[in-house]
Amino acid sequence: MELIAQLINGLNLGSIYALIALGYTMVYGIAKMLNFAHGDVIMVGAYTLSVAVSTLYVPVYISIIISMAVCSLLGVLIETIAYKPLRQSSPLTVLITAIGVSYFLESLALLIFGSQQQQVHSVVTVKGFAIGSIEITGESIVTLGTTFIIMVLLTLFIKHTKTGKAMLAVSEDKGAAELMGISVNKTISITFAIGSALAAVAGVLFVSSYGFVGPYTGAMPGIKAFVAAVLGGIGSVPGAMLGGILLGIIESLSKAYISTQLSDAIVFGVLIVVLLVKPSGLLGRKVTDKV
Amino acid sequence: MKKGMKFNVKSLITIVLTILLYAIIYIMIDNDLLSRHFKGLLVSVGVNIILAVSLNLTVGFLGNLTLGHAGFMSVGAYAGCLFTVKMNLPYFIEFPIALIIGGIVAAIFGVIIGVPALRLRGDYLAIVTLAFGEIIRSIFNNLSLIGGAGGLKNISKYTDFTWVYLMIIITILVIANLVKSRHGRAICSIRDNIIASESLGIDVVYHKLLAFVVAAFFAGVAGVLYGHYVGILKPTTFDFNKSIEILVIVVLGGMGSLRGSVISAIIITVLPEVLRSLSDYRMLIYSLVLIAMMLLNASPSFQNFKENVKSGIDAIKIKIAKLFGRSRSEEA
Repeated sequence: MELIAQLINGLNLGSIYALIALGYTMVYGIAKMLNFAHGDVIMVGAYTLSVAVSTLYVPVYISIIISMAVCSLLGVLIETIAYKPLRQSSPLTVLITAIGVSYFLESLALLIFGSQQQQVHSVVTVKGFAIGSIEITGESIVTLGTTFIIMVLLTLFIKHTKTGKAMLAVSEDKGAAELMGISVNKTISITFAIGSALAAVAGVLFVSSYGFVGPYTGAMPGIKAFVAAVLGGIGSVPGAMLGGILLGIIESLSKAYISTQLSDAIVFGVLIVVLLVKPSGLLGRKVTDKV
Repeated sequence: MKKGMKFNVKSLITIVLTILLYAIIYIMIDNDLLSRHFKGLLVSVGVNIILAVSLNLTVGFLGNLTLGHAGFMSVGAYAGCLFTVKMNLPYFIEFPIALIIGGIVAAIFGVIIGVPALRLRGDYLAIVTLAFGEIIRSIFNNLSLIGGAGGLKNISKYTDFTWVYLMIIITILVIANLVKSRHGRAICSIRDNIIASESLGIDVVYHKLLAFVVAAFFAGVAGVLYGHYVGILKPTTFDFNKSIEILVIVVLGGMGSLRGSVISAIIITVLPEVLRSLSDYRMLIYSLVLIAMMLLNASPSFQNFKENVKSGIDAIKIKIAKLFGRSRSEEA
């Protein structure tokens, strides 16, 4: 019985990781960069929600939309200011710039909101229920439901819309896509906007489940989600979903049955083992070098 | 013959300058011209120089992005400091042994992390090294032998400027000579094209491991120096952010440039201290400066400017060398 409860817990956490990992993976697939600032966008989303709901008294649903809009805008802004001038630079230069952006967002939040973690009331109004001794919270239901819907919509969007296909084309071959009349810059901006909006949703779900937000709230989920994206095969959308959910389940099971303190070590250990067996992640495409 | 002479003069100048720099700083410390704060900063700068130069071997020369350099540093630091805490030998026997132990233990971990590096490429390797660093940190957090999350305490404060300076010189000497040697050229060839170097018969496994082991060794030494300076080791010191800080130094200084690593280690370590008076705005300004530096570094006009400065310095150098060379030959 407890196992099932822990599995549900893991699914809850894993769905949040999956949502964040989607942002990492989409940006990586298209811009070939590790956007380390992505984790902090979650934090921005969570703060936006908190301010909108408890200070400005905006209705919950509208504040979620505001939060997504703010994050999308932020994502596009970051891309335009910090990453666009570095398109031709080495990936490492872009990585360091992304880290700079991450520090910037964290210290800005620290200045505005202080180092104290703020209490955030759950935005979820769905009531939980119990099957036998297993209790399922409303937060879990909403998180799982939202993640499922978003994943289906995202898959449909990428497969069937013009913009989605453009994203696939750009990730395949930037030069060829440009020759086909696809605006690479616009596509990259759209990717950042979508990825950041997903991060906002993840932020909202995260604070609803855990009830607090601080300047460094996004850092650890960000790293974990990055691990999830790599575990599933970075650049692959289904891989990010699978990696995120697996990671969440492993984490909550090892917390429950092995050791709370060592759960991080176990999560990262699993990642290393998986990568040693499958060097490009679970669903990643195998890249062969051309001579 | 003439070529050999030029080389000698050049290295002579370097040696003289190195000793001179040491003497100047030493005299300043000896006469209390420097504040305590500044003396501490000297040690931090030195530790960061060692870390950056060693990381440059794997990131800049081998071309493998690693995000777990702080992991090697912490392994070495704990090993070396545990030795001095438990052994209680006289200072001049204990400390050099601790430095070597720290280096060797870190080097063993370098082999462990180097093995996955043989199979993984690019960002996948980066994430494995990140995972490695986090695993070490969370294990150290729970190991009671080394104090757990409370930290390893009562470490004798052996580290002073002389030790740090000596270790910097040894690190730079070893790595600069390694890079120039046959092995170093093999390492660079792996970076440039792994398939081509494999087909030329270069032992990729051996050279990759070599780079990882040497880099880890010096990271471990830096860790021991750090531990014996601060007096207490906490697992949280060696987190992901520390690895990133070292990586920032390497990338900013220019990958594959040891001189660049040294210069940017100084800048990156001193910058937050200079900004200390801004208190709350410190990290904000620091991050903005970091972004601005990366953007500036990538802009074409700044690269032209750098080229001009470089050729200017080279011209001056040649003139100095000629001056010395001529006076020498006149003496002879």
